[in-house]
Amino acid sequence: MTNPTDFTLAEARDAVRAKKISSVELTNAFVGAVEAARPLNAFVTETPERALEMAAVSDARIAKGEGGALEGLPLAIKDLFCTKGVRTTAGSNILSNFVPQYESTVTQNLWDAGAVMLGKTNMDEFAMGSSNESSHFGPVFNPHRSRGSNANLVPGGSSGGSAAAVSANVCLAATGTDTGGSIRQPAAVTGIVGLKPTYGRCSRYGIVAFASSLDQAGPMTKTVRDAAMLLRAMASVDPKDSTSVDVVVPDYEASLESGVKGLRVGIPKEYRIDGMSPEIEALWTKGIEWLRAQGAEIVDVSLPHTKYALPTYYIVAPAEASSNLARYDGVRFGHRAKDIGDITGLYEKSRAEGFGKEVQRRILVGTYVLSSGYYDAYYIRAQKLRTLVAQDFGEAYKKCDVLLTPATPGPAFAVGAKSDDPVAMYLNDVFTVTVNLAGLPAISVPSGLTADGLPLGLQIIGKAFDEATVLRAGRALEVAANFNAKPAQWWRAA
Amino acid sequence: MSVDKDTVRRIAKLARIALDEGRVEPMAQELNGIMAWVEQLNEVDVTGVAPMTSVVAQKLKMRDDVVTEGGNADALMANAPGGEDNFFVVPKVVE
Repeated sequence: MTNPTDFTLAEARDAVRAKKISSVELTNAFVGAVEAARPLNAFVTETPERALEMAAVSDARIAKGEGGALEGLPLAIKDLFCTKGVRTTAGSNILSNFVPQYESTVTQNLWDAGAVMLGKTNMDEFAMGSSNESSHFGPVFNPHRSRGSNANLVPGGSSGGSAAAVSANVCLAATGTDTGGSIRQPAAVTGIVGLKPTYGRCSRYGIVAFASSLDQAGPMTKTVRDAAMLLRAMASVDPKDSTSVDVVVPDYEASLESGVKGLRVGIPKEYRIDGMSPEIEALWTKGIEWLRAQGAEIVDVSLPHTKYALPTYYIVAPAEASSNLARYDGVRFGHRAKDIGDITGLYEKSRAEGFGKEVQRRILVGTYVLSSGYYDAYYIRAQKLRTLVAQDFGEAYKKCDVLLTPATPGPAFAVGAKSDDPVAMYLNDVFTVTVNLAGLPAISVPSGLTADGLPLGLQIIGKAFDEATVLRAGRALEVAANFNAKPAQWWRAA
Repeated sequence: MSVDKDTVRRIAKLARIALDEGRVEPMAQELNGIMAWVEQLNEVDVTGVAPMTSVVAQKLKMRDDVVTEGGNADALMANAPGGEDNFFVVPKVVE
Protein backbone atom coordinates (compact mmCIF):
# COMPACT_ATOMS: atom_id res chain seq x y z
CA MET A 1 0.00 0.00 0.00
CA THR A 2 1.13 3.56 -0.64
CA ASN A 3 2.24 5.58 2.35
CA PRO A 4 -1.04 6.99 3.71
CA THR A 5 0.47 10.47 4.07
CA ASP A 6 0.88 10.53 0.27
CA PHE A 7 -2.90 10.27 -0.21
CA THR A 8 -4.82 13.16 -1.65
CA LEU A 9 -7.93 14.09 0.35
CA ALA A 10 -10.15 12.34 -2.23
CA GLU A 11 -7.98 9.20 -2.24
CA ALA A 12 -8.05 9.05 1.55
CA ARG A 13 -11.83 9.48 1.55
CA ASP A 14 -12.19 6.59 -0.88
CA ALA A 15 -9.75 4.38 1.06
CA VAL A 16 -11.50 5.04 4.39
CA ARG A 17 -14.94 4.46 2.90
CA ALA A 18 -13.78 1.21 1.31
CA LYS A 19 -12.34 0.25 4.73
CA LYS A 20 -8.87 -0.22 3.22
CA ILE A 21 -7.55 1.89 6.08
CA SER A 22 -9.11 2.97 9.36
CA SER A 23 -9.21 6.59 10.43
CA VAL A 24 -7.09 5.73 13.46
CA GLU A 25 -4.39 4.19 11.23
CA LEU A 26 -4.53 7.17 8.89
CA THR A 27 -4.47 9.65 11.76
CA ASN A 28 -1.55 7.88 13.44
CA ALA A 29 0.46 8.20 10.23
CA PHE A 30 -0.23 11.94 10.12
CA VAL A 31 0.43 12.48 13.83
CA GLY A 32 3.88 10.94 13.20
CA ALA A 33 4.39 13.14 10.13
CA VAL A 34 3.45 16.29 12.08
CA GLU A 35 6.00 15.41 14.74
CA ALA A 36 8.72 14.64 12.18
CA ALA A 37 8.08 17.96 10.45
CA ARG A 38 8.65 20.13 13.52
CA PRO A 39 11.73 21.75 11.92
CA LEU A 40 9.30 23.44 9.48
CA ASN A 41 7.53 25.16 12.42
CA ALA A 42 4.23 24.76 10.57
CA PHE A 43 2.16 24.25 13.72
CA VAL A 44 1.60 26.56 16.68
CA THR A 45 -0.35 23.89 18.55
CA GLU A 46 -0.42 20.16 17.82
CA THR A 47 -3.49 18.25 18.99
CA PRO A 48 -2.55 14.55 18.60
CA GLU A 49 -4.74 13.29 21.47
CA ARG A 50 -7.80 15.08 20.15
CA ALA A 51 -7.01 13.83 16.64
CA LEU A 52 -6.91 10.20 17.76
CA GLU A 53 -10.12 10.59 19.80
CA MET A 54 -11.88 12.08 16.79
CA ALA A 55 -10.51 9.31 14.57
CA ALA A 56 -11.84 6.62 16.93
CA VAL A 57 -15.29 8.24 16.85
CA SER A 58 -15.09 8.30 13.04
CA ASP A 59 -14.17 4.63 12.89
CA ALA A 60 -17.16 3.79 15.09
CA ARG A 61 -19.44 5.74 12.76
CA ILE A 62 -17.97 4.09 9.68
CA ALA A 63 -18.45 0.66 11.29
CA LYS A 64 -22.15 1.48 11.66
CA GLY A 65 -22.33 2.48 8.00
CA GLU A 66 -22.60 6.16 8.85
CA GLY A 67 -20.19 9.00 8.22
CA GLY A 68 -19.98 12.44 6.64
CA ALA A 69 -18.23 13.77 3.56
CA LEU A 70 -14.89 14.07 5.38
CA GLU A 71 -15.32 11.21 7.81
CA GLY A 72 -12.06 10.29 9.52
CA LEU A 73 -9.85 12.58 7.41
CA PRO A 74 -7.06 14.48 9.26
CA LEU A 75 -6.84 18.21 8.51
CA ALA A 76 -4.77 21.14 9.76
CA ILE A 77 -6.54 24.34 10.81
CA LYS A 78 -5.08 27.81 10.44
CA ASP A 79 -4.67 29.32 13.91
CA LEU A 80 -7.10 32.10 12.99
CA PHE A 81 -10.16 29.83 13.35
CA CYS A 82 -11.50 29.69 16.89
CA THR A 83 -11.59 26.11 18.13
CA LYS A 84 -13.45 25.47 21.35
CA GLY A 85 -11.09 24.45 24.13
CA VAL A 86 -8.01 24.60 21.87
CA ARG A 87 -5.73 27.63 22.10
CA THR A 88 -6.18 30.02 19.17
CA THR A 89 -3.42 32.62 18.82
CA ALA A 90 -3.77 34.32 15.41
CA GLY A 91 0.04 34.14 15.47
CA SER A 92 0.08 36.91 18.06
CA ASN A 93 1.54 37.34 21.53
CA ILE A 94 -1.62 39.20 22.50
CA LEU A 95 -3.63 35.96 22.08
CA SER A 96 -0.88 33.55 23.11
CA ASN A 97 -3.02 32.20 25.99
CA PHE A 98 -6.46 32.60 24.43
CA VAL A 99 -8.65 29.52 24.62
CA PRO A 100 -11.92 30.09 22.72
CA GLN A 101 -15.15 29.08 24.41
CA TYR A 102 -16.88 28.63 21.08
CA GLU A 103 -16.23 27.09 17.67
CA SER A 104 -15.96 28.91 14.34
CA THR A 105 -18.70 28.00 11.87
CA VAL A 106 -16.23 26.76 9.25
CA THR A 107 -14.48 24.38 11.64
CA GLN A 108 -17.83 23.26 13.10
CA ASN A 109 -18.91 22.40 9.54
CA LEU A 110 -15.74 20.33 9.12
CA TRP A 111 -16.22 18.42 12.38
CA ASP A 112 -19.88 17.86 11.49
CA ALA A 113 -18.64 16.31 8.22
CA GLY A 114 -16.42 13.97 10.26
CA ALA A 115 -13.01 15.61 9.81
CA VAL A 116 -10.19 15.08 12.31
CA MET A 117 -8.09 17.97 13.68
CA LEU A 118 -4.30 17.50 13.72
CA GLY A 119 -3.55 20.94 15.10
CA LYS A 120 -3.45 24.67 14.53
CA THR A 121 -1.09 26.05 11.92
CA ASN A 122 1.35 28.92 12.19
CA MET A 123 0.63 32.16 10.35
CA ASP A 124 1.63 35.79 10.02
CA GLU A 125 0.41 37.72 13.06
CA PHE A 126 -3.29 38.53 12.58
CA ALA A 127 -2.86 37.34 8.97
CA MET A 128 -0.78 40.42 8.16
CA GLY A 129 2.10 39.35 6.00
CA SER A 130 3.22 37.52 2.88
CA SER A 131 6.05 35.42 4.28
CA ASN A 132 4.94 34.03 7.66
CA GLU A 133 7.82 35.93 9.25
CA SER A 134 5.61 38.19 11.38
CA SER A 135 4.37 35.30 13.54
CA HIS A 136 5.06 35.59 17.28
CA PHE A 137 5.83 31.86 17.12
CA GLY A 138 8.66 32.23 14.63
CA PRO A 139 8.87 31.84 10.87
CA VAL A 140 7.65 28.79 8.97
CA PHE A 141 10.02 27.26 6.43
CA ASN A 142 9.01 26.28 2.93
CA PRO A 143 9.34 22.51 2.40
CA HIS A 144 10.78 23.34 -1.04
CA ARG A 145 14.36 24.56 -1.38
CA SER A 146 16.26 25.72 -4.44
CA ARG A 147 17.99 22.87 -6.21
CA GLY A 148 21.32 22.12 -4.53
CA SER A 149 20.75 24.66 -1.74
CA ASN A 150 20.20 24.26 1.99
CA ALA A 151 18.96 27.82 2.48
CA ASN A 152 15.55 28.15 4.08
CA LEU A 153 12.88 29.89 2.03
CA VAL A 154 9.62 31.43 3.24
CA PRO A 155 6.36 29.53 2.57
CA GLY A 156 4.50 32.73 1.71
CA GLY A 157 1.81 34.08 3.95
CA SER A 158 -0.22 34.66 5.78
CA SER A 159 -1.43 31.03 5.68
CA GLY A 160 2.19 29.84 5.58
CA GLY A 161 1.86 27.05 8.15
CA SER A 162 -1.15 25.55 6.36
CA ALA A 163 0.65 25.75 3.00
CA ALA A 164 3.82 24.15 4.37
CA ALA A 165 1.83 21.40 6.12
CA VAL A 166 -0.04 20.44 2.93
CA SER A 167 3.07 20.68 0.75
CA ALA A 168 5.08 18.50 3.16
CA ASN A 169 2.33 15.82 3.36
CA VAL A 170 1.83 16.30 7.08
CA CYS A 171 -1.94 16.72 6.67
CA LEU A 172 -4.40 15.76 3.93
CA ALA A 173 -5.53 19.35 3.50
CA ALA A 174 -5.79 22.56 5.52
CA THR A 175 -7.92 25.62 5.99
CA GLY A 176 -6.62 29.08 5.20
CA THR A 177 -7.94 32.61 5.07
CA ASP A 178 -7.35 35.16 2.33
CA THR A 179 -7.63 38.93 2.83
CA GLY A 180 -5.25 40.06 0.06
CA GLY A 181 -3.79 36.77 -1.18
CA SER A 182 -3.09 34.86 2.02
CA ILE A 183 -4.34 31.54 0.62
CA ARG A 184 -3.27 31.82 -3.01
CA GLN A 185 0.22 33.30 -2.60
CA PRO A 186 1.50 30.69 -0.09
CA ALA A 187 -0.19 27.94 -2.11
CA ALA A 188 1.64 29.08 -5.26
CA VAL A 189 5.09 29.19 -3.67
CA THR A 190 4.72 25.82 -1.90
CA GLY A 191 3.35 23.94 -4.92
CA ILE A 192 -0.20 23.32 -3.71
CA VAL A 193 -3.74 24.39 -4.64
CA GLY A 194 -5.35 27.32 -2.81
CA LEU A 195 -8.87 28.64 -3.34
CA LYS A 196 -10.31 31.92 -2.12
CA PRO A 197 -14.10 31.66 -2.41
CA THR A 198 -16.48 34.51 -3.15
CA TYR A 199 -16.92 36.93 -0.25
CA GLY A 200 -19.91 35.59 1.70
CA ARG A 201 -19.49 31.94 0.63
CA CYS A 202 -17.90 30.79 3.91
CA SER A 203 -19.01 32.17 7.24
CA ARG A 204 -16.57 34.48 9.02
CA TYR A 205 -18.09 33.66 12.41
CA GLY A 206 -15.34 32.66 14.82
CA ILE A 207 -12.49 33.65 12.51
CA VAL A 208 -10.28 36.24 14.22
CA ALA A 209 -11.04 39.38 12.20
CA PHE A 210 -8.41 41.28 10.24
CA ALA A 211 -10.25 43.28 7.55
CA SER A 212 -13.87 42.22 7.67
CA SER A 213 -14.91 43.37 4.18
CA LEU A 214 -12.06 41.37 2.61
CA ASP A 215 -11.50 38.29 4.84
CA GLN A 216 -12.64 34.96 3.44
CA ALA A 217 -11.85 31.37 4.44
CA GLY A 218 -10.94 28.73 1.90
CA PRO A 219 -9.29 25.35 1.27
CA MET A 220 -5.57 24.63 0.78
CA THR A 221 -5.10 21.22 -0.79
CA LYS A 222 -2.93 18.94 -2.88
CA THR A 223 -5.31 18.82 -5.85
CA VAL A 224 -8.14 20.80 -7.42
CA ARG A 225 -10.53 17.95 -6.66
CA ASP A 226 -9.58 18.15 -3.00
CA ALA A 227 -10.28 21.90 -3.05
CA ALA A 228 -13.74 21.18 -4.50
CA MET A 229 -14.37 18.63 -1.76
CA LEU A 230 -13.16 20.78 1.10
CA LEU A 231 -14.87 23.98 -0.07
CA ARG A 232 -18.21 22.19 -0.17
CA ALA A 233 -17.74 21.14 3.44
CA MET A 234 -16.52 24.54 4.65
CA ALA A 235 -19.18 26.67 2.96
CA SER A 236 -22.59 27.31 4.45
CA VAL A 237 -25.23 29.96 4.92
CA ASP A 238 -24.80 31.12 8.50
CA PRO A 239 -27.18 33.23 10.56
CA LYS A 240 -24.21 34.11 12.80
CA ASP A 241 -22.53 36.05 9.94
CA SER A 242 -24.78 38.72 8.42
CA THR A 243 -22.52 38.86 5.32
CA SER A 244 -22.86 35.15 4.63
CA VAL A 245 -24.87 35.01 1.41
CA ASP A 246 -28.00 32.92 0.88
CA VAL A 247 -26.93 30.84 -2.08
CA VAL A 248 -26.92 27.09 -2.46
CA VAL A 249 -23.53 25.36 -2.09
CA PRO A 250 -23.24 23.15 -5.18
CA ASP A 251 -21.51 19.79 -5.54
CA TYR A 252 -18.31 21.20 -7.03
CA GLU A 253 -16.83 17.77 -7.70
CA ALA A 254 -19.71 16.85 -10.00
CA SER A 255 -18.75 19.43 -12.64
CA LEU A 256 -15.00 19.24 -12.13
CA GLU A 257 -14.15 17.21 -15.21
CA SER A 258 -16.47 18.99 -17.63
CA GLY A 259 -13.53 20.65 -19.41
CA VAL A 260 -13.06 24.14 -20.78
CA LYS A 261 -14.33 23.68 -24.34
CA GLY A 262 -15.98 26.94 -25.35
CA LEU A 263 -15.07 28.64 -22.05
CA ARG A 264 -14.04 32.25 -22.65
CA VAL A 265 -10.79 32.91 -20.81
CA GLY A 266 -9.81 36.56 -20.41
CA ILE A 267 -6.17 37.65 -20.33
CA PRO A 268 -5.90 41.02 -18.57
CA LYS A 269 -3.14 43.04 -20.21
CA GLU A 270 -2.47 45.12 -17.08
CA TYR A 271 -1.13 42.02 -15.31
CA ARG A 272 1.90 42.14 -17.59
CA ILE A 273 3.70 44.37 -15.10
CA ASP A 274 7.02 46.16 -15.49
CA GLY A 275 9.99 44.06 -14.52
CA MET A 276 7.99 40.84 -14.56
CA SER A 277 10.24 37.80 -14.34
CA PRO A 278 10.68 36.02 -17.69
CA GLU A 279 9.88 32.72 -15.96
CA ILE A 280 6.49 34.01 -14.77
CA GLU A 281 5.75 35.43 -18.20
CA ALA A 282 6.69 32.15 -19.90
CA LEU A 283 4.50 30.19 -17.50
CA TRP A 284 1.56 32.48 -18.15
CA THR A 285 1.99 32.01 -21.93
CA LYS A 286 2.10 28.26 -21.38
CA GLY A 287 -1.11 28.42 -19.34
CA ILE A 288 -2.84 30.28 -22.18
CA GLU A 289 -1.72 27.60 -24.64
CA TRP A 290 -2.84 24.78 -22.30
CA LEU A 291 -6.37 26.14 -22.06
CA ARG A 292 -6.54 27.01 -25.77
CA ALA A 293 -5.46 23.45 -26.63
CA GLN A 294 -8.37 22.14 -24.54
CA GLY A 295 -10.86 24.20 -26.49
CA ALA A 296 -11.07 27.42 -24.48
CA GLU A 297 -11.51 30.70 -26.32
CA ILE A 298 -8.79 33.18 -25.34
CA VAL A 299 -9.93 36.81 -25.10
CA ASP A 300 -7.84 39.92 -24.42
CA VAL A 301 -9.39 42.06 -21.70
CA SER A 302 -8.47 45.17 -19.76
CA LEU A 303 -8.66 45.85 -16.02
CA PRO A 304 -7.48 49.47 -16.14
CA HIS A 305 -7.35 50.12 -12.39
CA THR A 306 -5.17 47.10 -11.56
CA LYS A 307 -2.13 49.15 -10.53
CA TYR A 308 -4.20 51.01 -7.94
CA ALA A 309 -5.51 47.87 -6.26
CA LEU A 310 -2.56 47.31 -3.94
CA PRO A 311 -2.31 50.88 -2.60
CA THR A 312 -6.11 50.88 -2.23
CA TYR A 313 -5.86 47.69 -0.22
CA TYR A 314 -3.17 49.21 2.01
CA ILE A 315 -5.62 51.89 3.05
CA VAL A 316 -8.80 49.82 3.33
CA ALA A 317 -7.27 46.80 5.11
CA PRO A 318 -5.31 48.74 7.78
CA ALA A 319 -8.35 50.98 8.38
CA GLU A 320 -10.53 47.96 9.07
CA ALA A 321 -7.76 46.32 11.08
CA SER A 322 -7.29 49.36 13.32
CA SER A 323 -10.98 49.17 14.12
CA ASN A 324 -11.16 45.38 14.54
CA LEU A 325 -8.05 45.19 16.70
CA ALA A 326 -9.33 47.88 19.07
CA ARG A 327 -10.90 45.02 21.03
CA TYR A 328 -7.49 43.87 22.31
CA ASP A 329 -7.26 46.09 25.34
CA GLY A 330 -6.03 43.74 28.06
CA VAL A 331 -9.39 43.77 29.84
CA ARG A 332 -11.66 40.93 28.76
CA PHE A 333 -9.20 38.52 27.15
CA GLY A 334 -5.69 38.45 25.76
CA HIS A 335 -2.39 39.71 27.10
CA ARG A 336 -2.37 42.22 29.96
CA ALA A 337 0.83 44.12 30.75
CA LYS A 338 2.12 44.30 34.28
CA ASP A 339 3.02 47.58 35.98
CA ILE A 340 0.35 49.49 34.09
CA GLY A 341 -0.48 52.53 36.19
CA ASP A 342 -3.86 53.90 35.13
CA ILE A 343 -6.44 52.59 32.68
CA THR A 344 -4.76 54.25 29.69
CA GLY A 345 -1.48 52.62 30.70
CA LEU A 346 -3.26 49.27 30.79
CA TYR A 347 -4.41 49.74 27.18
CA GLU A 348 -1.23 51.27 25.81
CA LYS A 349 1.23 48.87 27.42
CA SER A 350 -0.82 45.73 26.84
CA ARG A 351 -1.13 46.60 23.15
CA ALA A 352 2.53 47.63 22.80
CA GLU A 353 3.67 44.32 24.32
CA GLY A 354 1.02 42.20 22.66
CA PHE A 355 1.25 43.34 19.04
CA GLY A 356 4.28 42.76 16.84
CA LYS A 357 5.95 45.27 14.58
CA GLU A 358 3.93 44.81 11.39
CA VAL A 359 0.61 44.76 13.25
CA GLN A 360 1.49 47.99 15.08
CA ARG A 361 2.53 49.57 11.81
CA ARG A 362 -0.79 48.67 10.17
CA ILE A 363 -2.86 49.80 13.14
CA LEU A 364 -1.07 53.16 12.98
CA VAL A 365 -1.61 53.47 9.20
CA GLY A 366 -5.26 52.59 9.70
CA THR A 367 -5.65 55.06 12.55
CA TYR A 368 -3.99 57.75 10.43
CA VAL A 369 -6.18 57.27 7.34
CA LEU A 370 -9.33 57.26 9.47
CA SER A 371 -8.31 60.23 11.59
CA SER A 372 -10.01 63.59 11.38
CA GLY A 373 -8.79 65.59 8.38
CA TYR A 374 -7.46 62.56 6.49
CA TYR A 375 -10.56 60.38 6.27
CA ASP A 376 -11.84 61.83 2.98
CA ALA A 377 -8.42 62.15 1.37
CA TYR A 378 -7.42 58.57 2.08
CA TYR A 379 -10.20 56.28 3.24
CA ILE A 380 -13.09 57.57 1.14
CA ARG A 381 -10.84 57.92 -1.91
CA ALA A 382 -9.70 54.32 -1.45
CA GLN A 383 -13.29 53.12 -1.18
CA LYS A 384 -14.02 54.89 -4.48
CA LEU A 385 -11.02 53.22 -6.06
CA ARG A 386 -12.35 49.94 -4.74
CA THR A 387 -15.58 50.57 -6.65
CA LEU A 388 -13.55 51.21 -9.82
CA VAL A 389 -11.49 48.02 -9.36
CA ALA A 390 -14.70 45.99 -8.93
CA GLN A 391 -16.30 47.68 -11.96
CA ASP A 392 -13.29 46.69 -14.09
CA PHE A 393 -14.10 43.04 -13.44
CA GLY A 394 -17.76 43.60 -14.29
CA GLU A 395 -16.73 45.07 -17.65
CA ALA A 396 -14.27 42.24 -18.34
CA TYR A 397 -16.90 39.60 -17.59
CA LYS A 398 -19.03 40.93 -20.43
CA LYS A 399 -16.39 39.41 -22.70
CA CYS A 400 -15.20 36.35 -20.77
CA ASP A 401 -16.17 33.77 -18.14
CA VAL A 402 -12.92 33.53 -16.17
CA LEU A 403 -9.54 35.27 -16.12
CA LEU A 404 -6.13 33.62 -16.24
CA THR A 405 -3.20 35.38 -14.54
CA PRO A 406 0.00 34.52 -12.70
CA ALA A 407 -0.56 33.91 -8.97
CA THR A 408 2.59 35.64 -7.69
CA PRO A 409 5.28 37.90 -9.15
CA GLY A 410 7.97 35.35 -8.26
CA PRO A 411 8.87 32.14 -6.39
CA ALA A 412 9.55 31.73 -2.66
CA PHE A 413 12.27 34.04 -1.40
CA ALA A 414 14.86 33.68 1.35
CA VAL A 415 13.93 34.17 4.99
CA GLY A 416 14.79 37.77 5.85
CA ALA A 417 15.05 38.95 2.23
CA LYS A 418 12.16 41.43 2.36
CA SER A 419 11.56 41.97 6.06
CA ASP A 420 13.09 45.49 6.15
CA ASP A 421 10.96 46.99 3.40
CA PRO A 422 7.20 46.89 4.00
CA VAL A 423 6.28 48.02 0.49
CA ALA A 424 8.52 45.38 -1.16
CA MET A 425 6.74 42.77 0.97
CA TYR A 426 3.31 44.11 0.03
CA LEU A 427 4.11 43.73 -3.70
CA ASN A 428 3.89 39.94 -3.31
CA ASP A 429 0.13 40.31 -3.46
CA VAL A 430 0.00 42.38 -6.66
CA PHE A 431 -1.86 39.65 -8.64
CA THR A 432 -4.11 38.44 -5.83
CA VAL A 433 -5.34 41.56 -4.05
CA THR A 434 -7.64 42.83 -6.84
CA VAL A 435 -9.81 39.77 -6.29
CA ASN A 436 -10.38 40.54 -2.60
CA LEU A 437 -11.32 44.13 -3.36
CA ALA A 438 -13.93 42.85 -5.82
CA GLY A 439 -15.07 39.95 -3.59
CA LEU A 440 -14.52 37.36 -6.33
CA PRO A 441 -13.49 33.69 -6.19
CA ALA A 442 -10.02 32.66 -7.43
CA ILE A 443 -7.80 29.61 -7.35
CA SER A 444 -4.04 29.19 -7.52
CA VAL A 445 -2.92 25.99 -9.22
CA PRO A 446 0.70 24.76 -9.14
CA SER A 447 1.77 24.97 -12.77
CA GLY A 448 5.53 24.91 -13.11
CA LEU A 449 8.98 25.25 -11.63
CA THR A 450 11.66 27.90 -11.87
CA ALA A 451 15.08 26.97 -13.25
CA ASP A 452 16.05 26.44 -9.58
CA GLY A 453 13.22 23.97 -9.07
CA LEU A 454 10.87 26.21 -7.08
CA PRO A 455 7.08 26.01 -7.57
CA LEU A 456 5.09 28.68 -9.40
CA GLY A 457 1.32 28.99 -9.68
CA LEU A 458 -1.25 30.26 -12.14
CA GLN A 459 -4.47 31.88 -11.01
CA ILE A 460 -8.00 31.52 -12.35
CA ILE A 461 -10.39 34.29 -11.30
CA GLY A 462 -14.15 33.76 -11.66
CA LYS A 463 -17.45 35.55 -11.37
CA ALA A 464 -19.07 35.94 -7.96
CA PHE A 465 -20.42 32.60 -6.65
CA ASP A 466 -19.12 30.76 -9.70
CA GLU A 467 -16.54 28.66 -7.88
CA ALA A 468 -17.71 25.69 -9.95
CA THR A 469 -16.31 27.22 -13.15
CA VAL A 470 -13.15 28.37 -11.35
CA LEU A 471 -12.57 24.80 -10.17
CA ARG A 472 -13.34 23.33 -13.61
CA ALA A 473 -10.83 25.69 -15.29
CA GLY A 474 -8.34 25.05 -12.48
CA ARG A 475 -8.70 21.34 -13.11
CA ALA A 476 -7.94 21.89 -16.82
CA LEU A 477 -4.74 23.73 -15.85
CA GLU A 478 -3.83 20.98 -13.40
CA VAL A 479 -4.22 18.27 -16.04
CA ALA A 480 -2.08 20.15 -18.56
CA ALA A 481 0.59 21.24 -16.06
CA ASN A 482 0.92 17.76 -14.58
CA PHE A 483 2.78 19.30 -11.63
CA ASN A 484 4.21 16.59 -9.42
CA ALA A 485 7.22 18.14 -7.68
CA LYS A 486 7.28 17.07 -4.05
CA PRO A 487 9.90 18.49 -1.72
CA ALA A 488 12.78 16.30 -0.57
CA GLN A 489 11.96 15.57 3.07
CA TRP A 490 15.07 17.35 4.40
CA TRP A 491 13.33 18.14 7.69
CA ARG A 492 13.34 14.45 8.62
CA ALA A 493 17.14 14.53 8.79
CA ALA A 494 17.26 17.94 10.46
CA MET B 1 1.32 65.00 3.17
CA SER B 2 4.22 63.73 5.16
CA VAL B 3 3.97 62.07 8.53
CA ASP B 4 6.10 63.89 11.12
CA LYS B 5 7.07 62.78 14.60
CA ASP B 6 4.23 64.70 16.26
CA THR B 7 1.74 62.97 13.97
CA VAL B 8 3.18 59.58 14.89
CA ARG B 9 2.87 60.40 18.60
CA ARG B 10 -0.69 61.59 18.07
CA ILE B 11 -1.88 58.52 16.15
CA ALA B 12 -0.09 56.17 18.55
CA LYS B 13 -2.04 57.88 21.32
CA LEU B 14 -5.29 57.51 19.36
CA ALA B 15 -4.50 53.84 18.72
CA ARG B 16 -3.58 53.31 22.41
CA ILE B 17 -0.18 51.84 21.60
CA ALA B 18 2.71 52.93 23.81
CA LEU B 19 5.57 53.93 21.53
CA ASP B 20 9.02 54.43 23.03
CA GLU B 21 10.53 57.75 22.01
CA GLY B 22 13.30 55.87 20.17
CA ARG B 23 10.75 54.26 17.88
CA VAL B 24 8.97 57.45 16.87
CA GLU B 25 11.43 58.55 14.18
CA PRO B 26 11.81 55.10 12.51
CA MET B 27 8.01 54.69 12.57
CA ALA B 28 7.58 58.11 10.94
CA GLN B 29 9.93 57.00 8.17
CA GLU B 30 8.11 53.69 7.66
CA LEU B 31 4.72 55.36 7.56
CA ASN B 32 6.05 57.97 5.13
CA GLY B 33 7.30 55.20 2.87
CA ILE B 34 3.86 53.60 2.85
CA MET B 35 1.93 56.86 2.49
CA ALA B 36 4.20 58.06 -0.34
CA TRP B 37 3.44 54.84 -2.17
CA VAL B 38 -0.34 55.20 -1.74
CA GLU B 39 -0.19 58.82 -2.98
CA GLN B 40 -0.48 57.40 -6.51
CA LEU B 41 -4.21 57.04 -5.87
CA ASN B 42 -4.43 60.80 -6.41
CA GLU B 43 -3.76 60.23 -10.12
CA VAL B 44 -7.26 58.83 -10.56
CA ASP B 45 -10.27 61.02 -11.19
CA VAL B 46 -12.90 59.71 -8.78
CA THR B 47 -15.52 62.38 -9.46
CA GLY B 48 -18.98 60.87 -9.32
CA VAL B 49 -17.75 57.45 -8.15
CA ALA B 50 -19.64 56.03 -5.19
CA PRO B 51 -17.45 54.66 -2.38
CA MET B 52 -17.89 50.92 -2.00
CA THR B 53 -20.00 49.90 0.96
CA SER B 54 -20.67 46.24 0.18
CA VAL B 55 -18.77 44.01 -2.19
CA VAL B 56 -21.68 41.63 -2.71
CA ALA B 57 -24.99 43.13 -3.76
CA GLN B 58 -27.11 42.04 -0.85
CA LYS B 59 -29.52 43.60 1.56
CA LEU B 60 -28.23 43.51 5.08
CA LYS B 61 -29.98 40.69 6.87
CA MET B 62 -32.17 41.36 9.85
CA ARG B 63 -32.85 38.81 12.53
CA ASP B 64 -35.66 38.57 15.00
CA ASP B 65 -35.03 40.67 18.09
CA VAL B 66 -34.85 37.75 20.50
CA VAL B 67 -32.30 36.52 23.00
CA THR B 68 -30.27 33.76 21.36
CA GLU B 69 -27.78 33.01 24.09
CA GLY B 70 -26.93 33.91 27.63
CA GLY B 71 -26.22 32.49 31.03
CA ASN B 72 -22.62 31.84 30.06
CA ALA B 73 -20.77 34.13 32.43
CA ASP B 74 -18.15 31.48 33.16
CA ALA B 75 -17.31 31.15 29.47
CA LEU B 76 -17.15 34.94 29.12
CA MET B 77 -14.76 35.22 32.06
CA ALA B 78 -12.62 32.22 31.14
CA ASN B 79 -9.98 34.28 29.32
CA ALA B 80 -10.11 37.44 31.44
CA PRO B 81 -6.60 38.47 32.53
CA GLY B 82 -7.94 40.15 35.66
CA GLY B 83 -11.30 38.71 36.67
CA GLU B 84 -12.91 38.33 40.06
CA ASP B 85 -16.42 37.18 40.93
CA ASN B 86 -17.55 37.57 37.31
CA PHE B 87 -16.25 41.13 37.09
CA PHE B 88 -13.51 42.35 34.75
CA VAL B 89 -11.00 44.14 36.95
CA VAL B 90 -9.23 47.29 35.74
CA PRO B 91 -7.31 50.13 37.46
CA LYS B 92 -9.48 52.71 39.17
CA VAL B 93 -11.26 54.85 36.54
CA VAL B 94 -13.35 57.24 38.65
CA GLU B 95 -11.65 59.26 41.38
